[in-house]
Amino acid sequence: MTQVPLLDMTDVSVSFDGFYALTDLSIRLLPGELRSIIGPNGAGKTTFLDVITGKVKPTKGSVAFQGKNLRGLSEQKISRLGIGRKFQTPRVFDNLSVLRNLELAAAPMKNPVGLFRDTLPMSVKDDVQHLLGYVGLAPYARSQAGSLSHGQKQWLAIAMVVAQSPQLLLLDEPVAGLTDEETSRTAELIKSLAGKHTVVVIEHDMEFIRELNAPVTVLHQGTVLTEGLLDSVKKDPKVIEVYLGQSQD
Amino acid sequence: MKLLRSLFPWILLAVALFILPIILDDFRLNLFGRYFSLAITALAIDLIWGYTGLLSLGQGIFFALGGYAVAMYLMLNTPSEAGGNGIPKFFENYGVAELPFFWQPFWSPVVTLIALWLIPAIIAGLVGYLIFRNRIKGVYFSIITQAALMVFYHFFNGQQKLINGTNGLKTSTTELFGQLVGSPSLQEWLYRLTVVLLPVAFLICRYFTSGRFGDALIAIRDDELRLRFTGYNPVPFKTIVFIVAGALCGISGALYTVQSGIVSPQYMTISMSIEMVIWVAVGGRGTLIGPIIGAVLVNYLRSLVSEALPEMWLFVQGALFIFVVVLMPDGIYGWFKNGGFSRLLAAFGFATKTATYPQLDQDPGVLEEMSSTSGTKKL
Amino acid sequence: MELFFSQLLDGLSIGSVLLLAATGLAIVFGLMGVINLAHGEFLMLGAYVTFVVQGIFKPMGGILFELYFPIALVASFVVTALVGALLERTLIRQLYGRPLETLLATWGVSLVLIQLVRSVSTAMLIGILVAIALGWFAAKMLRTRFEEKLFLPYIVGLSWIGSSLIGIAFASWLSNIRPLASAWFGPRNIDVTAPKWLQGSWGKIAGIELPGIRIFIILLSAILLLATFWFLNKSVWGLRMRAVTQNRQMSNCLGIPTDKVDCITFALGSGLAGVAGAAITLLGSVGPNLGAAYIVSCFMVIVLGGVGNLLGTVLASFLLGIIQSVIGSGSLLIVFPNLPGSVKGFVEFFATTSMSLVLVFIFIIAFLQFRPNGMFPQKGRSVEN
Repeated sequence: MTQVPLLDMTDVSVSFDGFYALTDLSIRLLPGELRSIIGPNGAGKTTFLDVITGKVKPTKGSVAFQGKNLRGLSEQKISRLGIGRKFQTPRVFDNLSVLRNLELAAAPMKNPVGLFRDTLPMSVKDDVQHLLGYVGLAPYARSQAGSLSHGQKQWLAIAMVVAQSPQLLLLDEPVAGLTDEETSRTAELIKSLAGKHTVVVIEHDMEFIRELNAPVTVLHQGTVLTEGLLDSVKKDPKVIEVYLGQSQD
Repeated sequence: MKLLRSLFPWILLAVALFILPIILDDFRLNLFGRYFSLAITALAIDLIWGYTGLLSLGQGIFFALGGYAVAMYLMLNTPSEAGGNGIPKFFENYGVAELPFFWQPFWSPVVTLIALWLIPAIIAGLVGYLIFRNRIKGVYFSIITQAALMVFYHFFNGQQKLINGTNGLKTSTTELFGQLVGSPSLQEWLYRLTVVLLPVAFLICRYFTSGRFGDALIAIRDDELRLRFTGYNPVPFKTIVFIVAGALCGISGALYTVQSGIVSPQYMTISMSIEMVIWVAVGGRGTLIGPIIGAVLVNYLRSLVSEALPEMWLFVQGALFIFVVVLMPDGIYGWFKNGGFSRLLAAFGFATKTATYPQLDQDPGVLEEMSSTSGTKKL
Repeated sequence: MELFFSQLLDGLSIGSVLLLAATGLAIVFGLMGVINLAHGEFLMLGAYVTFVVQGIFKPMGGILFELYFPIALVASFVVTALVGALLERTLIRQLYGRPLETLLATWGVSLVLIQLVRSVSTAMLIGILVAIALGWFAAKMLRTRFEEKLFLPYIVGLSWIGSSLIGIAFASWLSNIRPLASAWFGPRNIDVTAPKWLQGSWGKIAGIELPGIRIFIILLSAILLLATFWFLNKSVWGLRMRAVTQNRQMSNCLGIPTDKVDCITFALGSGLAGVAGAAITLLGSVGPNLGAAYIVSCFMVIVLGGVGNLLGTVLASFLLGIIQSVIGSGSLLIVFPNLPGSVKGFVEFFATTSMSLVLVFIFIIAFLQFRPNGMFPQKGRSVEN
């Protein structure tokens, strides 16, 4: 563990009017790492992402990204530092075409002045085209994003996060509502991203987690229950208790 | 449709400049001049509401400010309006001997021409920034802009010594280029000016809504928080369009004032500002042609109803609000654009039903299946 | 100092009226996310109901007339609640999830209500009833005759337009008969005489007169607020309302009749506005434009107090009421005649009712810079989406 962590979250607690969504959560992510996070409903998975991306301010504790403290930064500043997030439900801009959605995410200058100069650099355009092809949305480039099917929206949402080319990708339930074929293709995509990027995947789909073949962190009641590879985690009595509601000795 | 959209400002210009003056008398032409100046306000509201999703119920502020700017200039520069101290006569009624300081710049025509859009723009920028900065949006934004409107209304209404209070400033008896502003010949020139400025406003709005800046506006309307997570700060975008809309409303108010002959706090009533929104809703928001159609149509209707049955107008207007919002949310232009008319024809058996789904041929999925040689495999 | 306290009492009573009206608005907004721009007109309706009740009781005179006001309060609650429920059933329901559109549609309703009160006459009422009966009947006929025909909605629409035209024609024909044609209220302001027991003073405390009307209004709003509080927190429907506020889908799944909850909520909110309107008649004459004068203040209360928080609403209404009456009446200048020049100029400038509103707005904008979600923001995961 001599490597400098990309993301260093220490002792973070979040309380909503006395209800603790996170309690003393500490998670470290190394550059290029792929990490899966699982946990029962209400374990604090989404709040965990909310804290990193600046949507929720931690009641206590600190989050550092590349050594820079994220406390008090707005969502857009955190995003520009290199943290991209895909939401639980695929959130895309319904009334823009698929291509425009991606171009908006990929734009290098994200301010009014940047957008008034109407041309994107060729390299960015190429990246967008490549992404469109990769996620199979090329024939839909000019369609409104709102007219896509659920699965296609998921893909578009993932593609938009990738188009931002962040160092840290946070994917909240990327395969919910996808077919098996689509799921395994998503797993492929995510594995190809890891290495260059640090990727955090939150999922309920255990088959998908197995395909990712990455270290798993189990959250429960806002804190880390255990960490390890999926098979060892699955045998952990604490995990079984949390998921099945009773101890199986 | 696309051709229509690109040619629209020029068709409008041609019709309004060459055809309407022939078929309408002076009185009606003046009315249409007013409608066209109101259409600029409608465009401004479409920019912020139709495209960016910010329903402002306070555009009357900027409209009236533009009107007051031009009215103050006219009052100061009309010899017949001057009272004892060389300042407008109405001041004598309140025993004011010295021109209030903020009137001073309006001696100058150049300052006036700049101020009539710059002052609204500055105020819009200030109010907008303070609201947007705190992530106030949706109905909260609407009611705060409405409250701001009430504040301006009360201020202008209550300050007789500064701005003649509830009486407003009458411009029809003032002079411009040695002519009465209310005179037919000058009114005709003002009509021409309006007709030229309306397409300009159209082009300004198109500049802001097309291209990637426009994409960002639509993204703000669709999902502002998502845009933040993509790395954009929506605040400058919203502030910019609010400023542009404010400036356009100022121009519109100035044009309207000189053609209607008066500016008064009545322009800042709650009802006037909401009415402005309904022009956009009737015509079709999120399009640039819709608001112009809506503003002209609703105001024409208003003239007709008010002339025949004045007490019916509120009923008609109320019904219009409800009808458009519930049954025609895309407005008239949107209804046509989305095939409403062909659906109507089809319903009565004048057209075949399949004709209402021409998009089928353009569906990328269908196209792809038709060209089965294509390499990209659908997931 | 006495003057100051009496102004304070004025402020409290205006605040109480605001509180009643704003509570109604806040309940509806909190539950349905809907801003009802016709809320001010419900105040106006309440005031007119009071006027009508007074008109009925006046000829009876004596002790019966003294009792009219409590009856008027109940009547204005019931009538406005019914109108509110009707509005919810017919219009608001169509627009669920589109708050900005609801805003516009309810504004349309408010215009219709204003004009209705101005020009309603017996002839007009008959005309409207005829139009509704005809339109309903025609729509029903057409539905059975042209079932599943594509042009059905268009024809039904046309039949409604046709029957309204017939109604208008009928009403204008009836207007030839004099007694039917005269407007009930007309566009002018109306006055309600308060019963004797409300007029005058209710005694003194520490040398300060307690004007009966003011104290009555303050007590009334306190009682109603407690009742509302009890209803929301202790009754079954209150529980359901809170459940729907928290999570509409979930409540639906649990078998809570959300549409009924919406209807009751809207009726309750409107009814509170009606009572506030009845109280306003005690403070002065009222007219068809009454709503506009109060609605913006109600909005300011909501913005300042935060949504879904009764305590915030209470504090914000009293704050607004007091600022308006203490600064707006200029009594600060009389109480503290020796203010330093700059402060004096400042107070003088804002010492009218309308200018005090300007001050309140500046205050609110400044306040929102520090607390964008009002005095008591809600927290949690579901708040910001």
